[in-house]
Amino acid sequence: MASRLILGTGGIPSLDVLDAVLEASATSLATVAVRRVDPAAAGGILDVLRRRAVDVLPNTAGCFTAAEAVLTAKLARQAFGTDWVKLEVIGDEDTLLPDAVELLGAAEQLCDEGFVVLPYTNDDPVLARRLEQAGCAAVMPLGSPIGSGLGIRNPHNIALIAESCSVPVILDAGIGTASDAALAMELGCDGVMVATAITRCRQPVRMAAAMRSAVEAGYEARRAGRIPRRWSARASSPVAGTIAVPGPD
Amino acid sequence: MSGDGTVTELRIEVNGRRCTVSAGTTVAAVVAQWCDSPDGIAVARNGEVVPRSAWPTTDLDHDDHVEIVTAAAGG
Repeated sequence: MASRLILGTGGIPSLDVLDAVLEASATSLATVAVRRVDPAAAGGILDVLRRRAVDVLPNTAGCFTAAEAVLTAKLARQAFGTDWVKLEVIGDEDTLLPDAVELLGAAEQLCDEGFVVLPYTNDDPVLARRLEQAGCAAVMPLGSPIGSGLGIRNPHNIALIAESCSVPVILDAGIGTASDAALAMELGCDGVMVATAITRCRQPVRMAAAMRSAVEAGYEARRAGRIPRRWSARASSPVAGTIAVPGPD
Repeated sequence: MSGDGTVTELRIEVNGRRCTVSAGTTVAAVVAQWCDSPDGIAVARNGEVVPRSAWPTTDLDHDDHVEIVTAAAGG
């Protein structure tokens, strides 16, 4: 992947905004959902992505069982000519948290059928390892619930996942603003996926540029190696050579 | 049904809508009716994907459930 930022297109106000957001984000991969054809609706999202040479990552959003997700992935493969799938199997309508059991089952089936599976998963290091063992090409742990903008609620788990997985780790869901994306990269993630934080903010194109910078900044900071945290201050100016002021006598 | 018991009209469901088509209607014909272009389209018939190459040769049956899908903003 040329860019470490994956764009989710959900919530985008228009195709014109999408086009500008794609440019500002410099992404090379964007998700789409698989939905029934609506003869009345204006299509064209695939054309916009194609024009920008952005690869399509179909998702299985809206699926609550492994069977639904597997069929959706197969339809996506047929429709868009890609083996890649962002696998989502949701277990709860309010939180949209993944159903770990159905997710793993679907991942195993799709990997067996030759799909390149990128599962949206809980921030659970053990589940992430199981998904990797099932043959997933990456894991996409959530920072917090989809669309919540709550950021990364369990940075320790995200760091553990990044440390223990040998496949790429892409922070998915919960990003609220640029600093969340930078934090994900600083924690060791290989990439970040952002939808709502860009598509539903006041100025999506501006935020797309901010996310791009944040991902780059976090990536560089991670590689630079942050300083250890200290309990007390450590002077940054020399402690020797300070001046003396004569006393009042 | 015609007099000799041959089914001439099929009641099917396409994307959740009930409709009637004549016997011998293919998947390709239904797709053409629903979509301006087959680009970016996939079809499932009774829960199984129908490969694009098989659309013209796949006849629909009574009570078939057809799903015709494409890309929407999402994720």
